Amino acid sequence: MILHAVERILQTLLVILIISFIAFMLIDTLGDPLGLLLPPDASLAERQALTERLGLDRPLLARFAEFLAGLPRGDLGISYRTQEEVSGMIAARLPATIELAAVALLISLVVAIPAGIYTGVFPRSRFARAIMFVSIAGVTLPNFVVGILLIAIFSVQLGWFPSFGRGATIVLGGWETGLLTRSGWHAIILPALTLSLFQMTFIIRLLRTQLMEIGRSEHIRFARARGLGEARLWFVYALRNALLPTITMLALQLGNIIAFSVVTESVFAWPGIGTLFLQSVQAADIRVIAIYLIFVGIVYMVINLLVELLYPLIDPRLRQRHA
Amino acid sequence: MIIILNRPHEDARMRSRLSLMMASASLALMLPAAGSAAKFRFAGPLDAYTLDPHAISNTLVFAVLRNVYEPLVQRGPDLSLQPVLATEWTQVDPNTWEFKLREGVTYSNGNPFNADDVVFSFERAKKGGMASHLAEVASIEKVDDLTVRFLSDLPNPILPNQIVNWFMMDREWAEANGATEPGQADNTTESFANRNTNGTGAYVISARDPGVSTEFTARPEWWGQITGNVDKATFFVIPNPATRVSALITGEVEMIDGVPPQDTQRIENTDGLRIAATPDVRTVYIQPDVARDTLIHGGGVEGNPFKDVRVREAMTLAIDRDAIQSRIMRGYSTPVGLPIGKEVEGSTDALNTPPPQDLERARALMAEAGYGEGFDVALDCTNDRFMNDEATCLAVGSMLGEIGIRVTPRAQPTARWAQQINPPGYDTSLAMLSYAPYTYDGHQFLSSIAVTRNEETGGGQFNIGGYSNPEVDRLTAEIGAETDPEARAALLAEVFGLLKDDYAFIPLHQLQILWGLKEGVEVVQLADLSYPLAWFTVPE
Repeated sequence: MILHAVERILQTLLVILIISFIAFMLIDTLGDPLGLLLPPDASLAERQALTERLGLDRPLLARFAEFLAGLPRGDLGISYRTQEEVSGMIAARLPATIELAAVALLISLVVAIPAGIYTGVFPRSRFARAIMFVSIAGVTLPNFVVGILLIAIFSVQLGWFPSFGRGATIVLGGWETGLLTRSGWHAIILPALTLSLFQMTFIIRLLRTQLMEIGRSEHIRFARARGLGEARLWFVYALRNALLPTITMLALQLGNIIAFSVVTESVFAWPGIGTLFLQSVQAADIRVIAIYLIFVGIVYMVINLLVELLYPLIDPRLRQRHA
Repeated sequence: MIIILNRPHEDARMRSRLSLMMASASLALMLPAAGSAAKFRFAGPLDAYTLDPHAISNTLVFAVLRNVYEPLVQRGPDLSLQPVLATEWTQVDPNTWEFKLREGVTYSNGNPFNADDVVFSFERAKKGGMASHLAEVASIEKVDDLTVRFLSDLPNPILPNQIVNWFMMDREWAEANGATEPGQADNTTESFANRNTNGTGAYVISARDPGVSTEFTARPEWWGQITGNVDKATFFVIPNPATRVSALITGEVEMIDGVPPQDTQRIENTDGLRIAATPDVRTVYIQPDVARDTLIHGGGVEGNPFKDVRVREAMTLAIDRDAIQSRIMRGYSTPVGLPIGKEVEGSTDALNTPPPQDLERARALMAEAGYGEGFDVALDCTNDRFMNDEATCLAVGSMLGEIGIRVTPRAQPTARWAQQINPPGYDTSLAMLSYAPYTYDGHQFLSSIAVTRNEETGGGQFNIGGYSNPEVDRLTAEIGAETDPEARAALLAEVFGLLKDDYAFIPLHQLQILWGLKEGVEVVQLADLSYPLAWFTVPE
């Protein structure tokens, strides 16, 4: 058990290191940060001087090593674009993204689990077919189209929700939250809905397939033959089996929600790390881009790790295998 | 009050003349402030990167900061030079300009503004991204508390035009806060002036969330007078154009910058909203590589056809600028015959009128030059730099296809594109470029784009196609030193005439600034894209 955990943690660290290096190589081909920093009529000598001051002329590996050395000290440098400290920029934007992702996840759970169960238990009913039909939209429509549609309907036509921003926020122990104000809740509904749409469809479809498969399996047929009630049969015996893979997938999807939030945040001018990332890409602000990519990589890896470590606790079969 | 109300069906020139007259008339009258105060909310696609006035030379930074910091002289709505922190300026000898400073001006921290601050701001700006604006000033001498002299090594007739974006900073404030040097990308910590301001302007920045919103509050002790009625303004950054338009329609903001031309109709058709447009000083042109002996991004031909002036003339004639104006820019652009805007010194109506499309003549020229079979070439464009740049790129590509030049349009994000085509690589055979001289003077275009590339002097640095004409070089140097305005204008006309006949720069159009406004909001739009809040009026 402990050996398993240590092994997984070491693997995760290695992958994070590789992600960091790939991120570093990617941004090297992304564009020219000097275009932003120098006036349009800068001379070649000025260019050369700045290139040397920023160390952009040194080999990639040397820069990567220096970058890694700064990480444990929390020294992420300052942004080329805004000249703020990168760590501060990410920290200031992170709460907005996490709240958006959490609310989006909440919406998908509240809607998708009942809908998934219903379509799994009564796959042939008309209502289930309707749900499946609508859910095609969730898979096929790109995020930004959904966002713009929701704004057109709920902001412009109905005037229920604001079209951009985060509303009023309150700082609570260093965490800037929008979830304690009325305008904050108003503002989060549309972007969270946009972001949750894909996850919602995903969970409905997963749960439905699982339940339909389990419904045909031996132990359910046996239970039914013994005369157990349908409700007890589905909710106690079938659902327990179906929820396991669903919870796993949900946790992994949390990483996706954070990555997907780039598009949604940009449509709703949501002040999270996704917007920060896009603004940085436009300006080839390579320090912020590198940190963002590595950060998202770490989020994925950590969630992955937690799920794997929790797996044996949920599934008794895995516990035996590693004993 | 100042009204610049533009409708697309009006004639463009009438429109700008009318708005200029009205704007300057009301400025001259200096109407008293409208009494009670109003709040104003507006949104644009990008934020000012920093609040440090000397860190980088960037239009957005100037647009936001001009409400907080002030220069010695600035451009008024009619593009003439207006006194701000200097009350008068004279060229006492060819190499010396004297500026008299305004009395009784204070910074928002209460400190008085004086000659020491001008000298300090000069030294500070010289260490940052603003250095090129002051490149021709060797030193600044304090004569007395309210008089300074600018000394240069060479005669400079247009010095006041060059310093309109150079803002004054209080020396004591900078010293007390460790901000005597502008922020630099290789700093390890954030500079104090990056987030904090202390200017002499009409507003103070009362709250700011970088990249999200900036709040301006009027300063009652400002030396000037707010001719509008905005006493509190909030600027929001909304990157997505569709969301920006929605925010205007829902009334969450009263003004939006950067309206996509395709959305202008929707705004015009919405009750209570309108479009305001004014020429932007930026012009868009394409420039072929005439320096190399082969097409590095092309083929199907021996040598480099762009070296032949007949091919370049054919390209100029092949482009239907009116179609680009009406279909892609929805009327919100001005076709040009020169790579500088119509408001820029050096432009004349005769020179700046483009030739009409003439495919027959263009094809004949191609055949005469021996390229009747055509050739292949890649056109390097941006897709996020200015209004509809990618659509313009595709249209130009297909128009050139009409005369056998098989164009592969290659539209990329600006950062990537700049890395490819900018010095020192100049890695392109044909590029779509744009330029906006902040001095409103053609000489700026000549010295950084039209003259032969020279690594030592830095001249012709952004001459992407490597055009070289000794006559243009000679005239440009002459214009730089000519102090007589009439002789200077004649020289400018001569050199732009030469450039036009060489077809080395193939002009497309001059852009326009497009704002969406709530009915009743009255604004002043300046060609340098800034937001002069003190001149805006909002309904109570």
